[in-house]
Amino acid sequence: MNMAELQKKLFAAARSNPPSDDVPYAFEERILAQLAAKPAFDILAAWNRTLWQAAAPCVAVMLLLGAWTRFAQPTDSSRETLAGDLERSLYLPFDNSTETW
Amino acid sequence: MPDSATVERTDAELIAAVRGGDTASFEPLLRKYQPRVFATARRYARRESEVEDIVQEVFLKAFYKLDSFRGDAPFEHWLMRLAVRTCYDFLRAHQRNREMSFADVTDEQTDWLDHFAANPADASENAAAARELVEKVLAQLSPAARLVITLLEIEDRSVKEVAALTGWSVPVVKIRAFRARAQMRKCLEKLTRGKYL
Repeated sequence: MNMAELQKKLFAAARSNPPSDDVPYAFEERILAQLAAKPAFDILAAWNRTLWQAAAPCVAVMLLLGAWTRFAQPTDSSRETLAGDLERSLYLPFDNSTETW
Repeated sequence: MPDSATVERTDAELIAAVRGGDTASFEPLLRKYQPRVFATARRYARRESEVEDIVQEVFLKAFYKLDSFRGDAPFEHWLMRLAVRTCYDFLRAHQRNREMSFADVTDEQTDWLDHFAANPADASENAAAARELVEKVLAQLSPAARLVITLLEIEDRSVKEVAALTGWSVPVVKIRAFRARAQMRKCLEKLTRGKYL
């Protein structure tokens, strides 16, 4: 049996029989009743919207801070202090254990 | 001069009113578009209760998502996109992995297949048996395959239109259409293997 031909025939059969567009009686009233029953204010949707609205300003602030830290002229003293602080914090546990042992 | 109450309001006016909090203005939109949404839902669901659930979901979504309608395209296009996506979600939620065999084919469908095997050109496309058979085969397909076959082959839409309705890209639609046709041929081969192959 020619499957491609059968497939074509079946597509044509489906095309020749479009589904009905009948609407059950008073269907729109059922939907309007549902809408009236539901709270008009959807708190989750509002939260979602707020988060999306907040996303753009957050990205802008992040980019500004990133640019500022990248391009700001670091002073030698602040670099030393930061490096010294980092080193002291990292080696602190080892220093303490040496003293205990 | 026509009475102001009888003047039909445009979709844009009705949408603006609904957005402004007038829920009753949604009713004319519902009345206008529900036949199209019902016809779309009936392509994917067989039971009338399922069809009604789909249509109800489409219109509830439309109401609550009305703020996201930008008005660049007609409201009908936006609504039909929502309807197609809701139908796709329905297909995914009701996916059945039942294999169809020749035993599932009724006598009338067997007769139609016999007639087709003997003389393909003579087999009528308008026969009820052919329509039932295609419905059975479509029910065997994956949700994506069924959706793409229905839109492309049965509703005769272009690839671009299918992409707009489904939210898939054009290459994805083409790939899915190719796979869907292959999947359908496989189903037909399985169905007819015992008797005709």
